[in-house]
Parts: sequence; structure tokens; C-alpha cells
Amino acid sequence: MSGDGRLLGFWYVLPYLIGLLVFTAIPFLGSLYLSFTDYRLMQGASFIGLENYADILTSDRTFTRSFNVTMLYVLITVPLKLAFALFIAGILNSKLKGIGFFRTAYYVPSILGGSIAVAVLWRYMFADTGLINMVLTSIGFEAINWFGNPGTALFTITLLRLWQFGSAMVIFLAALQSIDKSLYEAAAIDGAKPWRAFFAITLPLLTPVIFFNLIMQMVQAFQEFNGPYIITQGGPLKSTYLLPLYIYEMAFKKFDMGYASAIAWVLFAVIMVLTLIAFWSSKHWVYYAGDKRS
Amino acid sequence: MSQSIIHSDNAIERAEQLLAVQRRRQNISLAIRYTILAVVGFIMLYPLIWLIGASFKTNSEIFAGAGFMPESPTFDGYAKGWETSTPYTFGRFFWNTFLIIAPKTIFTVISCTAVAYGFARFEFPGKKILFASLIATLLLPNVVTRIPQYLLFRDLGWLDTYLPLWVPSAFAGDAFFVFMLLQFLRAIPRDMEEAARVDGANSFQTLIYVVVPMLVPAMISVALFQFMWTMNDFLGPLIYVSSVDKFPVSLALKLSIDTAEAFEWNRILAMSVLTLLPSLVVFFLSQKYFVEGISAGGVKG
Repeated sequence: MSGDGRLLGFWYVLPYLIGLLVFTAIPFLGSLYLSFTDYRLMQGASFIGLENYADILTSDRTFTRSFNVTMLYVLITVPLKLAFALFIAGILNSKLKGIGFFRTAYYVPSILGGSIAVAVLWRYMFADTGLINMVLTSIGFEAINWFGNPGTALFTITLLRLWQFGSAMVIFLAALQSIDKSLYEAAAIDGAKPWRAFFAITLPLLTPVIFFNLIMQMVQAFQEFNGPYIITQGGPLKSTYLLPLYIYEMAFKKFDMGYASAIAWVLFAVIMVLTLIAFWSSKHWVYYAGDKRS
Repeated sequence: MSQSIIHSDNAIERAEQLLAVQRRRQNISLAIRYTILAVVGFIMLYPLIWLIGASFKTNSEIFAGAGFMPESPTFDGYAKGWETSTPYTFGRFFWNTFLIIAPKTIFTVISCTAVAYGFARFEFPGKKILFASLIATLLLPNVVTRIPQYLLFRDLGWLDTYLPLWVPSAFAGDAFFVFMLLQFLRAIPRDMEEAARVDGANSFQTLIYVVVPMLVPAMISVALFQFMWTMNDFLGPLIYVSSVDKFPVSLALKLSIDTAEAFEWNRILAMSVLTLLPSLVVFFLSQKYFVEGISAGGVKG
């Protein structure tokens, strides 16, 4: 392509560069700036330094509550989802008849994903006399007041996201199927038990996709909005009032854009720190095939 | 000499025994596997089956039992739900959804294909930094950029239009799709492109006549994913679209659970079914593209 000049490729990438600057980079820096201002819609911004952050970290009890709930939600949802996705992928990864059917059935909830209709369905399913309680009472358990109880209300949202384990599972399954079968045969001939083979062969080879899924699911879980907004409206007692909900109400209901930006940056910082920890630690536990280390 | 032959015979026998034991184990584990798969599959699908059944029930029947079969099926939910409590029918909201999705999907496919082509096939100054930024935006939570984006679109006078939803996609706004196309492009050998170049085609002609035809399955994957995501998108319209006559189905559904209709359960469930239907139909018609797309790039969801 030498005859076309060195900048040729640049022209194809240009739309991305413009989009990056206008819709990502400038807003990114803009929100950092806004977080240091008192900015109410209609009034314009006045610089107040670290005041928003000081308020958030010292005197805003709603933030403290919301932050704790968010951490709890992510810490429960992400490991459960990954473990479940890996477990099912492991079961699907054998010469089973009907594997295509099961893979499709498990993937369907992920397709419907964050749809409002699914959140609405959840609201009816976990209602006092909803599907879940009817099933519980019919097999002899007591009905649970899912939305009335802070512990169970958050769990309904976790269950909604667990129900959508399909996309993580499909990635695990693809990785499992790409593992060279001769490794297992060699292990069997050496007398290794199946569980030993799982920990010595399967798990190490899966660490790159576990890492990928972990990062993606974590970033996503920290931004959960539709679930609490539709299903529980943040209640009861703000037990499902996740940070994205707080940011939304601060920014688009109270139009306190400066303060909302500061909360968004705190959330961003938390996600970044955890992502960096994951990346930093990955060299100790993520195994890349062809790597010299073993 | 002969001893070592006997020895290896023993080894083969031992290996065969081991394999036989393994096979027996496999049969037992097969039964366990199928049981787990069936139970999980049932739990996965029953909410949707129940939803469809309940949408044909009367309001009093919906909360009266866990079964999904309506006793006396009624289309009441669909007929009345379609009318809504607004001056518009759900047909209007579906049309609005389509108006959002169609341009967004087309813009996404075109811009992401061009950008992926640029990254995959050319060297240019700053490519490494730009590529690193692509990865960074994949991980960047939207929550940090949302407020300034809103202010930008407000200053442009774009509030309560579909422009904030359309325009970013014309600039390869979803880095994920660029990635997905890159993966496919890397797998396509360059021989044909070289041949086209020797024949005097310029890079744009090569893209249109050589690369795109080979990339069509991947482009279909991108279009399908963008269709699904936009269909499911709620926060975008919630922030930018404020007039009811411009609502997509996601906002209309939210509206219906907020209004007096909240007690007309079968209407809401019926409209939920209709809202999910396009995604389901598209998924079942085009499953293989999804599987290819996910395997190529890994996908959120």
C-alpha cells in the first residue's frame, strides 16, 4: 500500500479519532472538571475545589450507604456469575447430545439482557403473591417478602444477573473446546484423576478467559442501573440504591451536575483501582500458552 | 528383550483397564450432567414461558397459581395494552424504536468496518496510541462521560431528538465492534487484497470489492448485536427523549408500570412479551452469527 501514502490508514481511522475526542476524551476530562465545581443546570459552573469530594467522603450518608450496597452487590454477583458460568460450561463441554439446544436455552436470557421487559417480569415474579412465592409455598416453604427486606431485595437483582450467565458461559465454553484433548489423554495415562486434571490442565488454560470475564463482568456490575431502577426503585431503606442510581438522580432529577460528576469519579476510581489490581495480579495467576513461565 | 515386551503388554492392558473404568465413570457422570442441564434449562426458560402464558390470562388469574397455562385464554391484555393510557398505541412506540435502531445499526456497521480496516491493514503514525485508546475505551465505564455528553448534546440543541443516540455510532462509538471486526479481519488472508492492488485497485475499492464481501458474516454479527443492545437500551432514551410521542418501547413500558395501568397486569405482561419478541425472533433466525461473534471477541451481556 506504499503508493497510497503513509497517512492513508489514518483516514479510515479518522471517524474513530473524532468520536474518541468529542464523545469520550473531552467529556471524560469535562466530568473531572465538573466534579470540582458547583454546577446546577441553568446556573453554570463555579469552581469549588475539592468541596464535592469532601462532602461525599465525610458527610454524605446516602453516598456511604449507596457505596456499601454497590460493593456488596458486585462482590456477590460477579463471583457467583463466573462460578456458575464456568460450572455449566464444564458440564456442556463433553460429547453430549443436544448440547446445541442447551447452549441456546442458556443463552436466551442473555440476549434479552438489560431489557426493561425482563426487569418488569422480575418485578411480578418476586411480588408477594408472584410466581416465586407461589412455587415456594406449594413445596412447603414460607413465602418471602422479597422487596420488603433489605437483604432479599438486593438478591433479586443478583438473581436477575445470574439468570444472564449465558454470555460468560459461551466464552468459557469456546475456551474449553479449544483445549487440546491429548493433554487429558496424557494425564489419564499418567494416572491423574479427573479432578487433578481439572486443576492442573483446565483451570490454568482457562485463566485468560476467566480474567477477561472477570474484568468485563465487574465493570458491568458496577454500572447496574436498570435492575434497581425498575425492580426495586432503590428500596427498601436504600438497600438497592446502587451508585449509578444515585448519580442518575443527582444529575438528571436534581440537576446537580457537579456533585453527580464527583460521585461518578469516585465510582470510576473504585473500578479503576480494582481493574489495576486485577491486571497487576494477573501476572501471578493468568497463564498464557506459549509463555516461558509455567 | 522378551521381558520388556511382556512388560509393555502389561502396560497396554493396564491402560485399557483404566480406560474402561473411565468409560463407566463417564456413563454415570453423563446421567448427572443431563439432570443438571435439564433442571438449569428449566429454571432458565420457565420465567419466559410463564410470562407468555400469563400474558393470555385474566388479571385475577395471574397471581392465582404458578402454572403457565391460562384457564380461559384471553387477548384482552394485548388488545387493551396495545392502546396504552397515552394518546398513542404501542405501534407508535415500536415505530419509534425502529427509527432509533435502523440508523444506529447502519452507522455502526459502516464506521466500525472502516476503522477496523484502517487498524488491520495499514501502518500510520500514532497507530499504537490510537489502538491503546481503543482498549482503554472498552474498559471505560460510561458513567464518567455521561453528564458532559448530556451537556454537549443540550448545547447542540439535540435534547428530545434521536441525534444523541444516533451520532456517536457514526464515529465508531462502540469500540467493542471495532475489536470484533478486527479479529475477523486478522483471520482473512491478504492475498486477494494484494492481487486487487496489483490489478490497480485503490485501497477504498479493495475495501468495497474484496474485503467487505469476505467480512459480511462479521458485519451481520455486528448489526445483530447492535440491534439487540439498542432494543434493550433504556438509560439512553431515558436521559435524552422526553416527549411521549417519541418514546421507544422501553420507555413506554416503564411509563405503563408507573401509571394507573400498573394494576392491569396482563396488559403490561402482554406488552413485555411484544417488547421481547423482536430480539427473540432475530436471535433464533440468526444464531450462528451470534455464536461466531461471541467467540471472536467475547461479549458483554
